[in-house]
Amino acid sequence: MDELLILAVALPILGATLTTALPRWALAVGLLAALVTSATGLAVTAAVWWQGPLHLAVGGWEAPLGVALRADGLTAALLAMINLVALGISIYASGYFRASGKLVHFWPLWLLLWASLNGAFMSADLFNIYVTLEVMGLSAASLGALGGSRAAVVANLRYLLVGLLGSMTYLLGVALVYTAYGTLELHLLAERITAGPQGAAALVLVTAGLALKAALFPLHFWLPPAHSAAPAPVSAALSALVVKAAFYLILRLWLGPFAAVTTTSAAVVLGLLGAGGVVWGSWRALRAERLKLLAAYSTVAQVGYLFLFLPMLAVTPAGPGRASLTAGLALMALSHGFAKAGLFLAAGQLQQYAGHDRINDLGPAAREHPASTFAVALAGVALVGLPPSGTFFGKWLLISNAFATGQWWWVVVVLLGTLLAASYTFRVLSRAFSTERVPRQAPTDLRTELPALVLTATAVVLLLFLARPLWTLLGLDADAALPGLAGGWR
Amino acid sequence: MNALTNPPGILPGAVFAAGGLMDMAALLPVLILLSSLLPGLVIFLVKEESRALRATLNLFGAIFKLMLVGMMIWGVWHGRVYEARLPVVPGLELVLHADALSVLFVTLSTLLWLIATIYAIGYLENSPNRSRFFGFYSLCVSATMGIALAGNLMTFVLFYEILTLATFPLVAHRGTAKALRGAKLYLAYTMSGGALVVIGTIWLHVVAGPIDFVERGVLSGLPAARHGQLIAIFAVLITGLGVKAALVPLHGWLPIAMVAPAPVSALLHAVAVVKAGAFGILRVIYDVYGVEFAASLGLLAALSVVAAATILWGSIKALSENGLKRRLAYSTVSQVSYIALGASIVGPIATIGGMVHLVHQGIMKITLFLCAGNYAETLGIHDVSEMDGVGRRMPWTTLAFSVGALGMIGFPPIAGFVTKWYLGLGAVTAGAYWVLLVLALSTLLNAAYFLPILYRAWFLPTPGTWPQEHDHGGRFETMPALLWPPVFTALLSILAGLFAGAPFSPLEWATLIAKREYGL
Amino acid sequence: MLPQALYGAAGILLFVIGLWSLLVHASILRKLIAINIMGSGVFHVFIAVAYRGPALAPDPVPHALVLTGIVAAVSATALALALAARLEQPTERDPADHG
Repeated sequence: MDELLILAVALPILGATLTTALPRWALAVGLLAALVTSATGLAVTAAVWWQGPLHLAVGGWEAPLGVALRADGLTAALLAMINLVALGISIYASGYFRASGKLVHFWPLWLLLWASLNGAFMSADLFNIYVTLEVMGLSAASLGALGGSRAAVVANLRYLLVGLLGSMTYLLGVALVYTAYGTLELHLLAERITAGPQGAAALVLVTAGLALKAALFPLHFWLPPAHSAAPAPVSAALSALVVKAAFYLILRLWLGPFAAVTTTSAAVVLGLLGAGGVVWGSWRALRAERLKLLAAYSTVAQVGYLFLFLPMLAVTPAGPGRASLTAGLALMALSHGFAKAGLFLAAGQLQQYAGHDRINDLGPAAREHPASTFAVALAGVALVGLPPSGTFFGKWLLISNAFATGQWWWVVVVLLGTLLAASYTFRVLSRAFSTERVPRQAPTDLRTELPALVLTATAVVLLLFLARPLWTLLGLDADAALPGLAGGWR
Repeated sequence: MNALTNPPGILPGAVFAAGGLMDMAALLPVLILLSSLLPGLVIFLVKEESRALRATLNLFGAIFKLMLVGMMIWGVWHGRVYEARLPVVPGLELVLHADALSVLFVTLSTLLWLIATIYAIGYLENSPNRSRFFGFYSLCVSATMGIALAGNLMTFVLFYEILTLATFPLVAHRGTAKALRGAKLYLAYTMSGGALVVIGTIWLHVVAGPIDFVERGVLSGLPAARHGQLIAIFAVLITGLGVKAALVPLHGWLPIAMVAPAPVSALLHAVAVVKAGAFGILRVIYDVYGVEFAASLGLLAALSVVAAATILWGSIKALSENGLKRRLAYSTVSQVSYIALGASIVGPIATIGGMVHLVHQGIMKITLFLCAGNYAETLGIHDVSEMDGVGRRMPWTTLAFSVGALGMIGFPPIAGFVTKWYLGLGAVTAGAYWVLLVLALSTLLNAAYFLPILYRAWFLPTPGTWPQEHDHGGRFETMPALLWPPVFTALLSILAGLFAGAPFSPLEWATLIAKREYGL
Repeated sequence: MLPQALYGAAGILLFVIGLWSLLVHASILRKLIAINIMGSGVFHVFIAVAYRGPALAPDPVPHALVLTGIVAAVSATALALALAARLEQPTERDPADHG
């Protein structure tokens, strides 16, 4: 079973190689590779579900020289989302790029990105993570510039440079870790690490590098132009998956190897920056004139929510409270992944129909394409955090922990972000009720409309039923009570 | 776990997860929800031209639901417990649970939904986007069912927010700049209110743990040290709920949401939105806090003042409105607060008055709105000043309108009289004599804004032409689908008053609820 | 010990110089060079770490890491140059991809 881990990385790389070598068969090979890869990713999740965490030293080479992969419950949960969303994006892309002939370039880069995503989530040492981050950065920037317009190239060149800055900063942190503790393996590091200036400096560098890639406010400046200028399926991957990988790594490192070095005040700083992201991102999304720019700014806000969990986790002792926070965080990340991917796919759809994505003029396209509009609406429900979406329960757990630990000011941030999100979502949706005449009829394409619908519906409806299994997958007690006041956890 | 979390007699088992073996007790509330949800979802996919198919789906859902509700009324009367549970995350369960209060609201909504659907099919004939309209119309009613059947605050909140989402497209339906503005404002109000309800609910969870709705409430057992927080939570919850219940000063959205088509206004005012807010207030007072406990915290005195102010302010605003629907909207602001007023006076008699008004206001107000829709659709009349002599042109509609209006004022034997009688009696029993003054003033104001309309309609001469007359052919004053629904609900308003003492009448049912809420 | 510390400190100094240069210069080529200088700085630190005194052979692990890092840096530089070169050419516009 442990071999599944390397397959989830190797198969997409094989696919990337084959689609490069056989450009005439790119579509068939690419789709096949996508199918096989996502099946493998889901098999990893299933294997973790059945038999617990997996670990693999590739080729029998153990640390320090070998490449080690590991998957526990949190990895498995996110891996399932990544691979389902990536499959949806693949199917969508096969329809989206049909006319432009860009599929030949899309597949190799996309499968490479996919491999690096799977790798980043499963890497068990700091240097491995660096390699996957570099592959991710390079393939993501190339994909983003695939449209070829000047704006896309400028935005993605900047994205590439920012990504490199992040990687270099991260790598310096890794060098400090090796200097101080002589290991890069996450579990070994967790055993050896001690609070001190070297550990703190390493933590700051590693976190800063990853925060840049996760677009944590105010390091988000590169995201809106890059994500909004990329072709829709690429935007979906960047916003829903790539950004999430960087956040996941921060979370992993903070809760795992660096736990001894992190302090509550450091977590509060990240929480405050997250709060800044929630407010600023939502506000800019509200002011955005183009739909994809709106979606990009909303990513800045949604990443902010994820960072809000850190200060809460820092002050919550192990137990049901912490469990509910961890699960709530996972739930937020999962629903945002599904919803944001679906939103970008639907936005790309409307953009192709209308020939632009100016929100104020989208009325006719939105009315002519109810399936895409409905997907936008579902995504909106999840982004706002309305029930029954996964975000609703994620926010619920966040707020109830904020009350229980007496940190009610975070509630104000969540409230403000939620109301702003409702405003920008319904600003878009109200266009669908316009009475302007519809200028032209565009054919409906199931390949592009269905993935958006399925992904957003997953975020809104399916996660409601998957919440309990998620607890089990994360190894948490699904029958524990939620946090309450006085007398500890009830 | 303590006694708060396990109401006696109810097994907190995972009925949904029990290997697919669901007994009728769990199935019935779920079916009631699905009987409008599934047709609604299918209707979205129905082609615009397939009128017969859409109508069949609509009516099938509504009639099937009515049958299910009939079964539920019988069962609850005989003390059966209908409950379905779905654990979502640890400590949070979706609970559908039918008690007497749920059944009151479910029955009202189901019956009026059927009538409003028939009306809407006629009203929207030949207008665009009907599949979208009826799809959301059904979602809206499903959400209302969920609100009525919610067994805890979390489930209530879930459906409460879905109701907001489902009504937005209905308010925005016409797509004009005015409609979009109205929808935007509606959303701004209800979203903010909804957010407060969510936050209050979460806060309550933290303070009191997961709690189900239980007759007589569950919070009185909490230590006094938490009473301060409970008071704050009550304020947050009632402020949030007060938006949909249109408590002054949170009522601003109601007159503006009047841009929606008439069947939607009927839905907003009589069946779903405003009622959802009022129903939520009832739930919080009776089944979360417990009416005696809420009174002991001094919460009800404050609420009664707000409710009284709303009753008077709504009526005063209605006086000066020339637009018929806007006048009716302010009348709703005023009338719905009778429910909150009844709930905020301690004592079973006032409780009966408040509860029964949930139904009485519904059937009378839907009559008025459907009639207003008839005037607009048939003759192009939108303002009170255009109604001179309309009684001779549309006698049946005007007759129904008159019944609704007189009922609102409180003329016996129409339903409204029963409400006011019980509210007054309840106030006297509780020693709250000032409420009598409010009732008297409100009745005078009701008369002052309704009687001139009736006078115009029946006694002033008919003008030469109507603003915009549509010829419907046929034998009647307007299309049958538009005519009979308000006539039927007007008849219901009279019957509910005349036969208030009969078994299964709204009054008898409200008495049943009051008995259970006070443990009599 | 001293040469090792000096070497490591020089690496960090290079990183800082590169960072400064990246932030203050607008030209893409300069930014790219700056990033490469930062990278060299980090590699210096790794090489310094590998030193285990005159008696012992150096630690091979950091060396392996530096080699991998160089490969990554070269690829990134190549891609960035390709994109920058693309900006100098007249671009084909894809109406579907940019509104």
